[in-house]
Amino acid sequence: MAKTLGPVRRKFAPWNDPAAVPLIEFRNVVKRFGDFTAVDDVSLGIYEREFFALLGPSGCGKTTLMRMLAGFEHASEGRILLAGQDLGSRPPYERPVNMMFQSYALFPHMTVEKNIAFGLVMDKMPKADIEVRVAEMLKLTRLEKFAKRKPHQLSGGQRQRVALARSLAKRPKVLLLDEPLGALDKKLREETQFELMDLQQQLGMTFLIVTHDQEEAMTVADRIAVMDHGKLVQVAGPSEIYEQPSNRYVADFIGDINILEGRVASIEGTTIGIEASSPKVSLVVEDDEPTSVGATVWVAVRPEKVRISHDQPTDATSNAVAGTVWDIAYIGDVSVYHVKLDCGATIRATVANVSRTVERPIGWEDRVWLTWARSSGVVLTS
Amino acid sequence: MKRFSWFNVTSLALGFGFLYLPIVILVIYSFNAGRSVAVWGGWSLKWYVEVFQNQQLLDAAWVTLRLGMLSATVATVLGTLAAIVLSRFGRFPGRMLFSGMVYAPLVMPEVITGLSLLLLFVAVDFERGFWTITLAHITFTMCFVAVVVQSRLVGFDKSLEEAAMDLGCRPAGTFLRITLPIIWPAVLSGWMLAFTLSIDDLVISSFTTGPGATTLPMKIYSDVRLGVKPEINAVCTLVIAVITVAVVGASILSKRQEIERERAERAAFAAGG
Repeated sequence: MAKTLGPVRRKFAPWNDPAAVPLIEFRNVVKRFGDFTAVDDVSLGIYEREFFALLGPSGCGKTTLMRMLAGFEHASEGRILLAGQDLGSRPPYERPVNMMFQSYALFPHMTVEKNIAFGLVMDKMPKADIEVRVAEMLKLTRLEKFAKRKPHQLSGGQRQRVALARSLAKRPKVLLLDEPLGALDKKLREETQFELMDLQQQLGMTFLIVTHDQEEAMTVADRIAVMDHGKLVQVAGPSEIYEQPSNRYVADFIGDINILEGRVASIEGTTIGIEASSPKVSLVVEDDEPTSVGATVWVAVRPEKVRISHDQPTDATSNAVAGTVWDIAYIGDVSVYHVKLDCGATIRATVANVSRTVERPIGWEDRVWLTWARSSGVVLTS
Repeated sequence: MKRFSWFNVTSLALGFGFLYLPIVILVIYSFNAGRSVAVWGGWSLKWYVEVFQNQQLLDAAWVTLRLGMLSATVATVLGTLAAIVLSRFGRFPGRMLFSGMVYAPLVMPEVITGLSLLLLFVAVDFERGFWTITLAHITFTMCFVAVVVQSRLVGFDKSLEEAAMDLGCRPAGTFLRITLPIIWPAVLSGWMLAFTLSIDDLVISSFTTGPGATTLPMKIYSDVRLGVKPEINAVCTLVIAVITVAVVGASILSKRQEIERERAERAAFAAGG
């Protein structure tokens, strides 16, 4: 497959263009089931050709949001627009979107071919055209050899590809993917993630994926919406979500992070001085987060940005705290040091295992210094 | 584990003896050459010949067959619809009452069902005969079909129907193209159950019958009251034979499908991917 898509991908950012009109628009959408509010006042625009991910723990409303777009649920309040048209209460069979189900939902009594052709037959496409399209889909998903098989005669990975082919066959404006790779093992899942990305670029379609796997969302998506309790917490690109989380929930949900509570002591431009309460140290962070002197804030630092050393740092511009190595988790590619500070709090630091030496220079119960640059931390106000 | 203990063997023999000894005696005596049902007079097939010359018996058998086919078919349609309503439409006012009312005939004594139907037919002045028995059989077999089909629908993956609708299929089409083909085995076994119950029924048929509509069980029962003839033994043996062939045939068929399916699945996983 063509690998020249990198530059296209990098330049693709219609959400930064004020003139761009989103293909899908959720406007103040609310969905209630009895007393339970599954989706709480969500407004969101998804652009044409975008690969968009809805990310969150189970029960956060991400699947409900997607099912409303597919037409299986109807919004209690608000509107959903597709290409400028209000979808209103149009039933699923009249919407130009297709969905790939978590369980794949392959029709067990039909062959792979018939499964893929189902949507086309429903559209009353001429027989000859159906054959051409099915053949094309089989080729795209490398299923030519399995056309005559029934779903129960396929492996998990093959079934996943049939489900994908079936949902793509009608060339929908938007493809919805509900935890599409959840049932695959780790290796196959990673491969398939890249296949999905290539496929999306190749077909120039808009993909909306629902997942609880943050790595998956970060790998495939142009933008990610992190959801919690029915609300959108942050909508941004993968690197922004990781490096500039908007609050503690996002910071904690995406990857591993150390969070220290403190009070703003000084603000000079983008240099914020913070008196942390536990441990009692002064921290300096380069961040343009708007805050005020005296406000309670949290400083968040990713473990891979924390350096660990026996020696007290001489560089006064970095942040430094002292502690004792409490635990070391050897994961293979990295080791995670759990360092207990004198006040009792624990900070994690990861060190890449660049050499093959088994002996590590820093061991259990060593006194160590943890340092991180001013620009490594993030100030969170909520 | 000990395979043969005297206790196990004895209980097996007693159990099977209890169940099948009467039937075995009936089958053996159907080949009796003598007129008496209790005295053995040597082997003969003459009672079978008699059966096929007894027009009344043959008529009764034909009525029973038609009745079974017709009532089982209608009961299957109605029972399947009831099962779908009960398993699909989550909560609606009166759901409990409705499901209770569908299942009530399962536990209702047949005498009561029969009597109440008779009173109904008399009240509306419906001429009793083949059609009243058919209606009665539909009524009491429908709930069995509903139970069988509903148990299949409980494990039915609803996303299959959603997928069909997502691909542009309307609800009615979804039922015919997706739901029905998948639950077909349950519907078929519901039909077979209804058919068996219908051809077997004596009490409800007796209450709701009229002139010219005598079913085989009714015929046998009335003949036996005048004294057991070896001819009856022959009829019963034939009925047993037909049922045995049907049941064994059906189970072989489903077993073969299962084996084929397993083989295909193994092949798929061996091929990998």
